[in-house]
Amino acid sequence: MAKAERGGAGFSLQGGLQPTPQPMPALNPQLPAEPHSPSFFRQALTIAAKDLRSELRTKEALNASLAFSVVIFLLFSFAFDPGNLDIDINEFSGGLLWLAFAFAGALSLNRSFARELQNDCLDALVASPAPPGALFLGKALANFALILAVEIISLGVFAVMYNVHIQPQLGWLIVVMLMTTWAITVIGTAFSALTVNLRMRELMLPILTYPFLIPPLMAAILLTTDLLGGKPISADNMIWVRVLVAFDVIFSLLAVVFIDIVLVG
Amino acid sequence: MNALEVESVWKYYGDFPALRDIKLNVEAGSTVALLGRNGAGKTTLLRILAGLSKPSKGKVRVKGADARLESTRRRIGVLGHGISLYDELSANENLLLFGRLYGLPDPARRAAEMLDRTGLDRVRDGLVREFSRGMRQRLAVARVFMHDPDLLLLDEPFTALDDRAIGVLHTLIAEIHQKGGTVVMSTHQLREALELATHVALIQRGQLAFAGERNQEMLQDTGWLYRTYGES
Repeated sequence: MAKAERGGAGFSLQGGLQPTPQPMPALNPQLPAEPHSPSFFRQALTIAAKDLRSELRTKEALNASLAFSVVIFLLFSFAFDPGNLDIDINEFSGGLLWLAFAFAGALSLNRSFARELQNDCLDALVASPAPPGALFLGKALANFALILAVEIISLGVFAVMYNVHIQPQLGWLIVVMLMTTWAITVIGTAFSALTVNLRMRELMLPILTYPFLIPPLMAAILLTTDLLGGKPISADNMIWVRVLVAFDVIFSLLAVVFIDIVLVG
Repeated sequence: MNALEVESVWKYYGDFPALRDIKLNVEAGSTVALLGRNGAGKTTLLRILAGLSKPSKGKVRVKGADARLESTRRRIGVLGHGISLYDELSANENLLLFGRLYGLPDPARRAAEMLDRTGLDRVRDGLVREFSRGMRQRLAVARVFMHDPDLLLLDEPFTALDDRAIGVLHTLIAEIHQKGGTVVMSTHQLREALELATHVALIQRGQLAFAGERNQEMLQDTGWLYRTYGES
């Protein structure tokens, strides 16, 4: 048999089929130009648009998160009477809100990379030329939009259910919500990627995520309580705004840089 | 320059060596049938070649470059066990997504062309979840060829495909081959693979037991390779 050899490792397929003698045609004559490298952010937006389109068609995570959040508010209203004038709801409104948001957010985040397991889509994404950081950022942006949408609706429900006035400090409240939601999203999306191949990922994600979220949640709870109580952001509580900013910046950069290790090993 | 160079690749899962010192050089234009029994390490090797997994030791080079480089991944088409398509998106949206990720200059036109070639142009706006199995498989083939790869990595490509999809895949592989592209496919369907292959590599328990050109003996008697070089 020509060129067939036996042995352990070290065989070679050298001397294989020679290319056709005529000049090699262009890879695809019908393509008008060579593929180019889309920008990092363009690829991230492509992934985000895909995730949002998929989610809006099924509404699996959206409905579950929203229902969960409303149910938490309802259950807490059984624990104490929101109409009782002896209770100052503003004192624990921050804790109540962010507890509900964090739990509801976990439901969306669980679906983030798990969605890619269906039909082995994650392999196609990782094999594509899109940088892993762009895949991560795209997924994080989609999660951020979904969680924020749930939070905005839930905040309205909370305000009505507990008779809380959110208008006086609405601007800062939105800023705090944006920063804390991004913190939840970044940590949650990173751990969603890390746990995607685990059998008990629904359980593992919150176990891994919540300890990391203690600093931003603590900041958000204190700031939200102050804001809903009518206390503006000042030198007293500005430190917590800085905590949120620092957390967002540091963990966003770490996640984008190290996601390749998480996805490919 | 070789299309593919595998330099002493080892892959461990825990303490278990799934691949042991694999060395392969594949010239451009070759079609390599990667053969071996279940668990031999074919899929592990293909995943490393595709950049989906990193080798524990050794290197993989595609046209002299690292397999995980963005420019390298742009050249590779991977068809794994799954169809790698989103059920909630339409056929066209799926192809557009990958066209954009691969930076195609006109993804819409290329998607339309691939849908036409795979006979799915009439259902271009239909959601994948509503497709029959055969349609999903053809769309998966369209996705793989969407960016006109010059290295194709196919893991059991004929196992899940219906006759029509196999026909489409054969035609597209032949085109890639004609353009000087390289194909590496793992398979259990010896007859089908050996008819397409120019070269054969047999993996046994993570080691390369044979690598060489496909010959007439293999075609005439598909069991010959396993009997001669495989385990008894």
